[in-house]
Amino acid sequence: MTDRELKLKSVEYRQKILRYIYHAKAGHTGGSLSCIDILNVLYNQVMNVSPENFDDPGRDRYVQSKGHSVEALYVVLADLGFFPEEDLLTLCRYQSPYIGHPTKKVRGMEQNTGGLGHGLAICSGNALAAKKDKLPLRVFTVLGDGEMAEGSNWEAMMLAAHYKLDNLCAILDYNKQQITGANADVIGLEPIRQKVEAFGWVVREVDGNDVCALADTLQCLPFEAGKPSFVIAHTVKGKGVSFMEGVLKWHHGVPSPEQYEQAMKELEEARQKLLEEVVEA
Amino acid sequence: MLDKLVDTGKKATRDGYGAGMHELGKVNPNVVALCADLVASLKIQEFIDENPERFIQSGISEANMMGMAAGLATGGKIPFPSTFANFATGRVYDQIRQSIAYSEKNVKICASHAGLTLGEDGATHQILEDIGMMRMLPGFTVINPCDYNQTKAATIALAEHVGPAYLRFGRPSWPNFTPADQKFEIGKALMLSEGTDVSIFSTGHMVWQTIEAARALEKEGISCELINIHTIKPLDEAAVLASVAKTGCVVTAEEHNRYGGLGDAIAQVLTSNHPVPQEYVAVNDSFGESGKPAELLPKYGLGIDDVVAAVKKVLKRK
Repeated sequence: MTDRELKLKSVEYRQKILRYIYHAKAGHTGGSLSCIDILNVLYNQVMNVSPENFDDPGRDRYVQSKGHSVEALYVVLADLGFFPEEDLLTLCRYQSPYIGHPTKKVRGMEQNTGGLGHGLAICSGNALAAKKDKLPLRVFTVLGDGEMAEGSNWEAMMLAAHYKLDNLCAILDYNKQQITGANADVIGLEPIRQKVEAFGWVVREVDGNDVCALADTLQCLPFEAGKPSFVIAHTVKGKGVSFMEGVLKWHHGVPSPEQYEQAMKELEEARQKLLEEVVEA
Repeated sequence: MLDKLVDTGKKATRDGYGAGMHELGKVNPNVVALCADLVASLKIQEFIDENPERFIQSGISEANMMGMAAGLATGGKIPFPSTFANFATGRVYDQIRQSIAYSEKNVKICASHAGLTLGEDGATHQILEDIGMMRMLPGFTVINPCDYNQTKAATIALAEHVGPAYLRFGRPSWPNFTPADQKFEIGKALMLSEGTDVSIFSTGHMVWQTIEAARALEKEGISCELINIHTIKPLDEAAVLASVAKTGCVVTAEEHNRYGGLGDAIAQVLTSNHPVPQEYVAVNDSFGESGKPAELLPKYGLGIDDVVAAVKKVLKRK
């Protein structure tokens, strides 16, 4: 996929995230908008996974540790053809499989998550199993910055380095906010790079809302043979909608009709601009 | 007595917790609040504003929060660690078991968003096993109040109680019908309405469901004795047995799995002392899903109609 196509996907995914959250009157808007570029690049550029090979034991694996941003994952999986996108009109509704956190009832999901601090340990297990089975697959997870306070993440980090899981890549969606406020005010995680490095991982930092930069970084995995890879993706919570960017209440805010209209207008303008660039190119 | 059980305006039980903590902040300098990044959900902002030095933010590290609470209790504080019920119990069970229960620490674990009624977040967050887990811990007191006023009163009462305790409450707005000025007595069952045909023991949000069911049954000439078991452990065995001696059959109602909760606690008392037919209104060994409380409760067997059906079934078994 070209850089422009990736950029276009991100804008369209943002429109869809807002559309289904608005329709559901529920969802984690800010975090979905901050991590969507990461998921876009993973699924469209990096990982070998699709509806066609989803039952193949050699497929790449993705587990969303920050499960609350499930809307971002739903729209990407729908786009890849795992299920019809209009199914998402039932998001968070009674009897819908598209519940508020990832569930394997939805095709394309590898793992039920929701409570934080679970994803990295599960991925470490996946990666270790692949090593033992001599499968060349890679395992990816997106972690929330707030959930780095979970001790279980650091336990998993020790284990992954110990077992030299260079088929494992953790991406930190570092939007610097969590439900109560800024990470720095709740429980600061800096200096995160040095901490992760001290646990035996190789760390790269990237603009996590720049699909080109993300693609460049994630295409040179593992960063070092014999070590797990960690990407600090610097993102903006609520990215792509002017009045949501960095504003705490959008952690799980649902837009009013007026706000929804404004947000969709901004995103459509961004989409049109990209389309014009494609034509010019 | 049924007609005196009136909803004075829906309020969330978690707001009752927040109001109780606000009050404790004023009257008991030893009370310390802890929270794992869910201050707004737990409604403790007023406590924090007025007592910033008595609040500890643990971030999203519940195991760490329980360990810190145990340590604070050693120093004579009365810690109230609080988060969602799934994170407050199952996630940190070994920390609770070893550092709080086995170590006999005076820690009050306060847990919101218990049960199906948290709604949209779905199964990971809808814990239906917590009463069972906490009831099994030696020495633990387990309380599941039924409305805002009772949750506030229970919170305040916990500060005077010595020993580890689990206070379980919920997310949604719910009928508020117990007195605002009540004195909460831990371990003392509350007679809501006397009756002769069947004893209904209920806890938490399900108390209101049983009140509505009793009104419907009364129209059919069935007299229900309604007893609110806000404290599941220690259970008010005398109140249970006194009621059963009169009615001869039992329905239990809880927003919890049918295994390990209030129903089993009552059944233990009955089998050892006075065996009578019992029917459970509880979730039938499954996880939840997204939806509104009004959609989920009937689907999982916790609707008013389910209480009515359970009463009719148990009456036939008498």
